[in-house]
Amino acid sequence: MSDEPRDDGFDDLLDAIADGEGFYVECANGHGSLPPRLSCPQCGSQELSEEPLPDSGEVATYTIVTVPTPQFDEDAPYVTAVVDFGPVSITGQVQGVDPEDVETGQVVGIDVGESVTRDERLIVFEPR
Amino acid sequence: MSDPRVAGVGLTHFGKHPERTGRAMFAEAGLAALDDAGIDPDDVEALFYGNFMGELAEHQGHQAPLMAEAVGLDVPATRYESACASSGAAIRDAVFRLRNGEADVVLVGGSERMTNIGTAAATDALSIAADDLYEVRAGMTFPGAYALMARAYFEAYGGSKEDLAEIAVKNHEHALPNEYAQMQQAITVEDALDAPIIADPLGLYDSCPITDGATAAVLVSEDYAADHDLDTSVAITGTGQGGDKMALHDRQYFARTPATKDAADEAYDDAGIGPDAVDFLEVHDCFTIAEVLALEGLGLYEPGEAIGAAGRGETTHEGALPVNLSGGLKAKGHPVGATGVAQLISLTKLLEGRHPRAEAVEGASTALAHNAGGTVASATVHVLQEVVE
Ligand SMILES: [Zn+2]
Repeated sequence: MSDEPRDDGFDDLLDAIADGEGFYVECANGHGSLPPRLSCPQCGSQELSEEPLPDSGEVATYTIVTVPTPQFDEDAPYVTAVVDFGPVSITGQVQGVDPEDVETGQVVGIDVGESVTRDERLIVFEPR
Repeated sequence: MSDPRVAGVGLTHFGKHPERTGRAMFAEAGLAALDDAGIDPDDVEALFYGNFMGELAEHQGHQAPLMAEAVGLDVPATRYESACASSGAAIRDAVFRLRNGEADVVLVGGSERMTNIGTAAATDALSIAADDLYEVRAGMTFPGAYALMARAYFEAYGGSKEDLAEIAVKNHEHALPNEYAQMQQAITVEDALDAPIIADPLGLYDSCPITDGATAAVLVSEDYAADHDLDTSVAITGTGQGGDKMALHDRQYFARTPATKDAADEAYDDAGIGPDAVDFLEVHDCFTIAEVLALEGLGLYEPGEAIGAAGRGETTHEGALPVNLSGGLKAKGHPVGATGVAQLISLTKLLEGRHPRAEAVEGASTALAHNAGGTVASATVHVLQEVVE
């Protein structure tokens, strides 16, 4: 991992989430998006700022993946979810709970974890 | 404005053919299309070619010139890559080229070799149609993405795994007489419900198979068809394309596909028809839920209504609006970059009365093809109509 070049924006966000200082990109018209951005994907505004990511979000939809890609071979089964944080929604894995107990509307926090298969960083959610 | 004609079509058997190279499959499909058209191959002016995962499956980029060569054509050739909508996008540009008078005869098609790399690598290759940083690195698979949409649909509108199973049963039944189809076997709702889960709530029978295959069609201008007295009765009268945010989490809706709606609205307007004029169609059912989302996006059903269409018999070969008479991606198979043209081929044969399911659409004149890429961040729609000279 350390030999790999970083991915501008994405790795910065993961570093920030790991430090408990997650953020999102907000445009002048209040649209949220994830970095790296030079313009707002909703309206094209180039007046962007980094704003603190809300502390928790709600599971909007989820699935239990039983047939993974090779990168997650030993992680399966795992829960992939889209979590709504208000200004932005983020995709990650729900951990720290039995997959069968995940439900939409569940309140979760965000963190950075590692995959079992390849020790690669990923965004994880845990019930609050 | 003149409407391009479908002069000839050709395809390979869709299925598990790991030893077949992309170039060999496309040669077979392309030569069959030229033969079917009965035109002088020297008249072909360009190749519009769809392919998605050639780099990963065959270590082969820059495929278009290779494919022109394989068919024996010395013409400029361009590859289109819009994930599963690759050859739908190729058709659209071919139509524009013919309409604007820059060409009179073009070959459009696609080829995809997939099974040679095995299921795990193919699952990985298909996943790259999603956002690598924010979806794939979180473990999103292609079935997983559609599972997220399926759950969102169930929660918004209702519906069940049984409803989805009815769609799989229908498309398998449709493929029974299709000699080109990967799955020529009937299944029951119980078979589908008992199958292993891939990404809850989607099971093995909710998913299209991994498929090798190639497709091609010769499209000509209306003038060329008249001047050469070609026996063509099918015209492409409408084309449309829509786009959406790449990642599902950046979309306003998880249970609707606005890119499909935008593509359809444009294609209907282009053809001068409304949804009510559509007699039958081929939609992009990479997963059973995708057929539901497509029918609603195309304006043929209200949101929340298409989930029960197959179970109610409305979209079967005996129904009022037959959907995926070829078997769809689900049973016919889904050689990704070849699929858009495969839909065009099925509709052409159905309109011309030379498809094994043609009886289901006797007297019909208007058909629609819907091809979608990724989780419908790309969509193309084409209207095909029988022309009476
Ligand atoms: Zn904005």
